[in-house]
Amino acid sequence: MSDMRTVFAETASALLDEDPLAAVVLAEISVDMFGKAAARHPDRVLNVGIREQLMVSVGGGLALAGMRPIVHTYAPFLVERAYEQVKLDLAHQGGHAVLVSIGASYDAARAGRTHQAPEDVALLDSVPGFSVVVPGHPAEVEALLRGAFGALEAGSTYLRLSAEANLEARPVSASLRVIRSGRRAVVVAVGPMLSPVLEAVADLDVTVVYATTVRPFDDFGLRSLEAASGAVVLVEPYLAGTSAFAVASAMASRPHRLLSLGVPRTELRQYGTPADHASAYGLDAAGIRRSVTGFLGLT
Amino acid sequence: MGLRGVGQAADARGAACGQAEGMRSYAELPGLMTQLTGDEKHGPSATSTLDVLWVLYDQVLRVSPGTVDDPGRDRFLLSKGHGPAAYYAVLAAKEFIPESWLPDFGSASSPLGYHPDRSLVPGVEIASGSLGHGLPLGVGLAHGLLARGLAGSRVYVLVGDAELDEGSNSEAIVYAGAVGLPNLTVVAVDNHSSSYGWGPGGIEAHFAVGGWSTVRVSGRDHEALASAFRVTGAAPAGPQLVVASVEDKE
Repeated sequence: MSDMRTVFAETASALLDEDPLAAVVLAEISVDMFGKAAARHPDRVLNVGIREQLMVSVGGGLALAGMRPIVHTYAPFLVERAYEQVKLDLAHQGGHAVLVSIGASYDAARAGRTHQAPEDVALLDSVPGFSVVVPGHPAEVEALLRGAFGALEAGSTYLRLSAEANLEARPVSASLRVIRSGRRAVVVAVGPMLSPVLEAVADLDVTVVYATTVRPFDDFGLRSLEAASGAVVLVEPYLAGTSAFAVASAMASRPHRLLSLGVPRTELRQYGTPADHASAYGLDAAGIRRSVTGFLGLT
Repeated sequence: MGLRGVGQAADARGAACGQAEGMRSYAELPGLMTQLTGDEKHGPSATSTLDVLWVLYDQVLRVSPGTVDDPGRDRFLLSKGHGPAAYYAVLAAKEFIPESWLPDFGSASSPLGYHPDRSLVPGVEIASGSLGHGLPLGVGLAHGLLARGLAGSRVYVLVGDAELDEGSNSEAIVYAGAVGLPNLTVVAVDNHSSSYGWGPGGIEAHFAVGGWSTVRVSGRDHEALASAFRVTGAAPAGPQLVVASVEDKE
């Protein structure tokens, strides 16, 4: 099975073939995966070198020219290093692009803090008009990228790819998808958090819903779940509480309690594997179970 | 791609950059600026870009109030969005915006702010203000026009010499020179306001080393400016820099 980045490159290459307005902007990362596409479309596969500010600005300029840019590199360099370019050269100009990151929060656990970006979604969330999409499995990537690309007339999308993946792919849509039903709480599992969540709550009386599109958040979907009018547990693979305000807003008319799980706001000065980091953050099945049972008073 | 198309377009320039009836003259620009600023006189810093803007809109740019949405128009990007009175005055003189907008400059009901917003002002190609965004955007725009087969359209970006302090410009200068973007012109208005300057070779040395063709002219000499822009339009081997020297910032 291909990983998410490979599926992304294949799908983006196909979009270049299908749409003469499609363009891909890169900053050295993943350039080798676009070799054939660059040979076919040298004027629409642009590698700007190790220049992430320019990469995002070129995406903005392409949008001003009426093109449909896909801009891609490692998450911290795409979102954090070039943040003002995202804010001004895309959003403020009214241009639209699909930003596609790899690396997620701690795919690069061994690489250290410089290559980790658990803050990416919170940052993008403060830019007007961005949709945020978090696939949980490589087989979900093609449909989600095509969806984001097809929606470029309406707005920009941030597509957050990761080397972490669920055990199986699910049908994806902009709505919350109920995976199993229970009465004590609704657990919202975002992207690759679904498999650890399902393992964590296997014997608990809770509803589990799967979210790949987190912005816009499916307010109606959450509000219409009866179990949500008691307790909601948000399990996100990025900064803890990133979607807490979205849940609070969706549930404003209903009494509810909320537990937000995710990467904490402390820097873990430790290398290791993504599994080591998930464990340290309480985002593995055991950690999620500990938090959920404690929150629901089941311990 | 692009070389032949750009040359042909340059030849055809004259007809489109019109001298339509009723348009204001250069002599009327100070009066239009007074409506914006309330000042009777305008110092060198307020007018550092005025002559460059006038020459571009009067003689060079193939864009008119009727073609602000035409995909084949030339694009002018005011990257240095500070002190836009001269820009708004020229846009009013060329009837992109009504003169009646000028006195209300900066008010809650005016489309004209202290930094221009492309979504509010007809003919304004980018919203600017934060420095160092126009040139990188211009690089993407130039790429996009070539990819769309609009090689006859040229992108002109106005930057200030101090604006070039911003590192994002360096990324764009090196890259655009290396790939040889043929449809991009930068005009750097040089009033020597960068604290650390650009060394003995001036701004142009930093562009030339990256493969840009460069020329320095007086930013007050309309004939020299027009000639510099014509040269850039007719010899598009790569991106072009025009340094427009003006008086030192007060």
